[in-house]
Amino acid sequence: MGEFTVHRVRFFHYMPSAVRALAFQPQRQKIAVARTDGSLEILNRADHLFQEKVIPGREQRGTEALAWAGQRLFSAGLNGELVEYDMQELREKYRLDASGGPVWTLTCNPQGTRLAVGCEDGTVKLFEVCDDGIQFERNLAKQKGRILSLSWHPSGSRLVAGMAGVIWVFDAGTGQSVHRLLVERGTGAPRSKECVVWSVVCLSDGTIVSGDSSGNVKVWDGDTGTLIRNHQVTKWDVLALSVSQDETSLVAGTSEGTVVQFQHLSVVLGREDKEWVQTRTFKNHTHDVRAVLELDTAVVSGGMDTQLVVRPLLDKIDVKTSASALRKIHFPHRRLVSCSRTNLPPLSRPSRGTRALQLAGEEHICCSALSPCGGWVVVSTVTNLRLYRLQCDETISITKVTNQICFSSDSSYLFTASTCSSVHVLALSQSGCTFVCTLKPKSCSGQAILLLTASDDGKWLAAANADHEVQVYNLQKRKAYCTVPVYSSGVTAMSINPATNNLFMVHADQQIFEFSLEQKQYTDWSRLVHRKGLHPQWLERDTPVTNVTFSPRNPAHVILHDMYMFCIIDQTLVRLPSVAKLVNQLTLRSLPEKERRAHSHAFKICKTFKELLFVELLEDQSLVVIERPLLDITAQLPPPVRQKKFAT
Amino acid sequence: MVEQTDIRVVRCGGSKICFSTPILTNDSRFLICASGDSVKVFSTRTEECVHVLHGHANQVTGVALNPANHLQVYSCSLDGTVRLWDFIDGILIKTFTVGYKISSIYVSNKHIGVIFIILPMQSNENGEHFQLVAVRLPSALEQELEARELSAVLSDVSPVPACTAFGQGGDYIASAKGLQLCVYFFRKQKTYRFKLKATDKKGARNAFTCVACHPKDDCIATGHQDGKIRLWRNFNQKKEYTYSTQHWHHNAVSALCFSPEGMHLLSGGVESVLVQWHCKEVNKKNFLPRLGGAIAHICVSPDGQMYSTSHTNNKITIISSFRVSAVIQGLVKGGSVQTDLMIDPRTKALVLNGKPGHLQFYSLERDKQLYSLDIVQQEYIYQAGLDQFEVVKAALDGTASWLATVEQRGSKISSLEFSLKLWSFNEKAQSFELNTTITAPHQNMITAMCFSPAMDTTMLVTVAKDDQFKVWLLGSDLDEQKKQASWSCEHLGSYHGLQPTNCCFSGDGSLLAVSFAEVVTLWSPDTWELLTTLCQPPGTIEDLCFGRLSCSKYLLGTTTKNLLCWNLLTCALEWSTSMDVCVLRTDPLSENVAAFCHNSGKTDLFVFRPSEPRPLFTQKAVCVGRVQRCIFVPREDPLDSCDEWSQWLNRSRLHFLTEQMELLTFSTRAEDERILNSRKELLVDDSVAMTPFYLLLGKHRQQQQEKQTSVPSQAADRAQLPQGCVAIRELLHTPAHVLPPASFLCSVFLNSLLISNTGGRDEKELPEQEVDSEKEEVDSEEEMEMNNGPQGVRTQGSVGEAPPSLSRAEEKELRRLRKTDFSWVTSLTSS
Repeated sequence: MGEFTVHRVRFFHYMPSAVRALAFQPQRQKIAVARTDGSLEILNRADHLFQEKVIPGREQRGTEALAWAGQRLFSAGLNGELVEYDMQELREKYRLDASGGPVWTLTCNPQGTRLAVGCEDGTVKLFEVCDDGIQFERNLAKQKGRILSLSWHPSGSRLVAGMAGVIWVFDAGTGQSVHRLLVERGTGAPRSKECVVWSVVCLSDGTIVSGDSSGNVKVWDGDTGTLIRNHQVTKWDVLALSVSQDETSLVAGTSEGTVVQFQHLSVVLGREDKEWVQTRTFKNHTHDVRAVLELDTAVVSGGMDTQLVVRPLLDKIDVKTSASALRKIHFPHRRLVSCSRTNLPPLSRPSRGTRALQLAGEEHICCSALSPCGGWVVVSTVTNLRLYRLQCDETISITKVTNQICFSSDSSYLFTASTCSSVHVLALSQSGCTFVCTLKPKSCSGQAILLLTASDDGKWLAAANADHEVQVYNLQKRKAYCTVPVYSSGVTAMSINPATNNLFMVHADQQIFEFSLEQKQYTDWSRLVHRKGLHPQWLERDTPVTNVTFSPRNPAHVILHDMYMFCIIDQTLVRLPSVAKLVNQLTLRSLPEKERRAHSHAFKICKTFKELLFVELLEDQSLVVIERPLLDITAQLPPPVRQKKFAT
Repeated sequence: MVEQTDIRVVRCGGSKICFSTPILTNDSRFLICASGDSVKVFSTRTEECVHVLHGHANQVTGVALNPANHLQVYSCSLDGTVRLWDFIDGILIKTFTVGYKISSIYVSNKHIGVIFIILPMQSNENGEHFQLVAVRLPSALEQELEARELSAVLSDVSPVPACTAFGQGGDYIASAKGLQLCVYFFRKQKTYRFKLKATDKKGARNAFTCVACHPKDDCIATGHQDGKIRLWRNFNQKKEYTYSTQHWHHNAVSALCFSPEGMHLLSGGVESVLVQWHCKEVNKKNFLPRLGGAIAHICVSPDGQMYSTSHTNNKITIISSFRVSAVIQGLVKGGSVQTDLMIDPRTKALVLNGKPGHLQFYSLERDKQLYSLDIVQQEYIYQAGLDQFEVVKAALDGTASWLATVEQRGSKISSLEFSLKLWSFNEKAQSFELNTTITAPHQNMITAMCFSPAMDTTMLVTVAKDDQFKVWLLGSDLDEQKKQASWSCEHLGSYHGLQPTNCCFSGDGSLLAVSFAEVVTLWSPDTWELLTTLCQPPGTIEDLCFGRLSCSKYLLGTTTKNLLCWNLLTCALEWSTSMDVCVLRTDPLSENVAAFCHNSGKTDLFVFRPSEPRPLFTQKAVCVGRVQRCIFVPREDPLDSCDEWSQWLNRSRLHFLTEQMELLTFSTRAEDERILNSRKELLVDDSVAMTPFYLLLGKHRQQQQEKQTSVPSQAADRAQLPQGCVAIRELLHTPAHVLPPASFLCSVFLNSLLISNTGGRDEKELPEQEVDSEKEEVDSEEEMEMNNGPQGVRTQGSVGEAPPSLSRAEEKELRRLRKTDFSWVTSLTSS
């Protein structure tokens, strides 16, 4: 394999934003993650928590709450608007002003027919979910102060609202308040500091659980309005609560960064009467946990430290697999950086490295690309696409919705993915760019395209969409060529081999496929890999491969990387790693000659670099490695709440 | 050889009371704990030992209240028996022989007639694997029974008693070993096992150390090696069990206990802080700090009013309403006794190292610590790896008016800190007071120290590793600032730059012997002139002592291989013998010298006179390992044995401390018989009158009834003479906590005085004294019933023996006395 000159780059100061809200859609196992910058991510729990879709946000439009109404996703923010998202086109469908000032909370009833919105002015507004939008239905009795948390009774007949110092129980039918539960300040708290109910949960037996700013999780009897149990969980705030579907487990996220689990257990074994008992505490966050989800077999939590943690509840899992391990999601499951193979520096989005492009407008960038010749940069937001010449910073603006952009290898064509899985082809010249044609798939599933890749000879273009389909287009004939057999897991990275024109795909479940475009079938190598099976340690990795490239000298060497390692697969070596141990190159080198040969295999793995964003091998055999250490991200976060540490 | 069997080695108190978890009785009045091979019953209020239950032949490993009768207690022992006692009267009720070494005992209300014990597995007798066994106790009436009906409950359990506990209602039993928790459900006969990982990324040490079960809920609390406490629930499921974790202790949790209602969980560890966790509010906890010693066991009384914590320094603290109310202190035995054993002639107490930084005064007679003298006067921090001041040397002068101590910190010369302190006995305060502190009295650590036995001077000699010995004298001139005379260095001596090892004064204080490596030098304390040197190579002199009384012309010395005896008159070696002497001690009351010799893992004892070549007494294999210290303790009443072998024990007893820090002594057959007789006597006494309390109160009641029916007769009056003495004895010798109110005692006491003095000569003087003392009593006890007192004694007397005849004059005098007496006091009380 030889040795490489490494450009170890850390100038890309990528900063993810904090997780603000989480919502789970149980039918399709989707988790929606709202971040403070207004962007939205959809993770597929069935597909190794692969980040399927990303909807970019806008400046000044932070999201406060998320709610699924059936398959539809709604969000609300402090700008007072309700937003519905178009999940196919990956953009906002419409916005609607709730006309009650900033919206703090939003919930949908379990039937998926009504949305309840808690507003700054103290009203709870009910919206009916119609086929084509939402319609204002009524206001519940107006209270003094803002509504900070809301929860529906599972039957949909009651609504519980948390405010500063008080919890109201409303009858959803009449709109009148049924109970008023006073939440007292914790002992020793100053008089001026009111106890804010950050989160409430209403259970099917009428029990109400509340989490408040004095660090208590309180269990109330909803029928009589009396406090049953008080659990002092933390000295700081309890910010989020979530209950499991079967209502046997409840989790609370706190400002200390802990997630506390409560379980509904019978105090005496075998007897019916049960109590909420504080059981486990998970400490995976350094900062506030702003959102939690209890998903029966796992607890998902996210907060100010920008990471999303999936903590499995091992007692509910029968077989221990890679899916049942603790997972932390730090970076998006996409390529954020593109690199030109000429000796120009790589470009990242939003780049602040050698030269930062300041973009006008308040919309966030959804994708970017750098042409292989290094002369063109293209940046797209939800509504428009900008093309830059690198020499003179000339901008050519095209207003088109684009999800994915890709250049042809000779930098003469620009491919932009658009609505209805279609791809627009633009021809680039010195004077500017001209629209050539639109490529449409044979059968339109309507899902947005997530990945685009063009072959080196300019003949092929492959596009992968959110339905796991990969369409191949013939660029010379300018029409659809074939469809790669659909695999159950999403494509995380793909590329066309410049020598053989084989499409190399890596999926979210870490499987590797190679598809011959000429023969329209999987190659022998791919079949061999699947017959023998990949190494269990390879399959147990928890971050997806985000980039696939080929060595310019020897295209049989495939270079791929995920967050923690990069790997070069030598396709000429048929030998796959033995079942016993997946040895990486560093340990291999330390072994004696004889053993080294016994342990050597086609997967050359290097774990020298930490928290990789991008790896690319240049023409002159030098390796560009872009790192983003997590410590740097943590250093930029605001200080966490002060905690007493033992022996300090 | 027959004579030799007369003398045997016995334990003489000072045994551990913190060996196993004690129990508090239902009414919280008594605390019952295992102590060596007996069970002790302490009063929780007065800290007195009420009963000692003798009977076991080996270490008692556990005690448990009989669930069927709360006035009975089971005890189990390594001798393979379980005994049932009545702890109120101190009577052995039954003995069940199991036949295996029992390491702990558990009982439950649900399993009456069955006890659960931990035994070594039958498969391997070397005792590495243990099992929990249920024993059905036979219900026959005999006193000694064989319990052979064993059924195994759990195999491979930990032998530590704290690692097993009965669950709520006795439905299940939880036991932890290593990293595994087992829960056995009796009804389903099913075992659930839960495993923890040994460690994790954060460096947790998850091994279990103790287990406790919630008395009302199904919740098991487990303590762990790293100080975590886990509360387990839902443990009747293989997978969906759950636990919550609490962490306060920074080191292993050694004891856990739930309060009887389940409101609180108590935990303790090496921090010597009792932590009270609130079960309902998990984050709330109360602390009881500075209990003075690592907590080994916690016990809660059945009514939840009283807690007790056993500490590793042989102490039991009784805590009521979360405040320390009483402390029961046994003989503190650390890792080693660095100071020598000494006898305080004033209190006849054994003086040795106590808790860190203290000297303890331990009464061997009463098996009780009298007091602890704080030498270092610094707070001791209970944390591993800290170098703190320890008392390493102590010496008392002949009359115990001066005490010298050396405290030391650090073992290397660079970090060595030590000081010599001299304490004078304050007669008024009845305790030692610090007189002089000398910091760094030598360049290097002090190896030996002794007071001069001469009566006219108080002189202290210290010998140190800096090749010098120093003589300290109490200054005669009084300072202006200080009221007292202080000590100062008088003389500094050395010999050829050799390192001194030991020093010793002759019996009359006229000679000082200091050993320098292989040479013994003799100095005159008057002129500090080197008189002579004695040398017998090879080997460094380790121990040195002069003979006593008629053998005072001999000087004894030991090297690692030899025991040497020099005649000081001829300045020549009298005799020498080859033996590895670990300890050499002279009896202060006789010429006898005891030498413990280490011989192939065992220690032999030789008692000899320096003048005679033949030893007075030898005993092979006194104990296993080296003897650490020994001392002759003068007897209060000398034995009169004329047997040659046991004659040396007539005037004093020999106590010695083994490697396992056991305090042992020698006992003769005559002594054994005497103790046995006294015990029998006590039993007979008990059968007549249960307790002194019953005796007094019962008689008082009888008398009250009698008072109404009959007028006391004259003859009854006279009968009080012998009985009166008994009353005094009872009053003085009964522990205070079992005495009836002073209002009863007062009259009895007074009457006994009154009658006993009637035979005296100055009859006229006495009544007035009597009246005076009674007046005082009346003042203090206002509710005293005036008429009951004398009559009570009268009837009491009539129970006993026939009235002795008195002369008419005496009788008349008595009657007169009585009348005046009464009228005087009644008028006084009415006024």
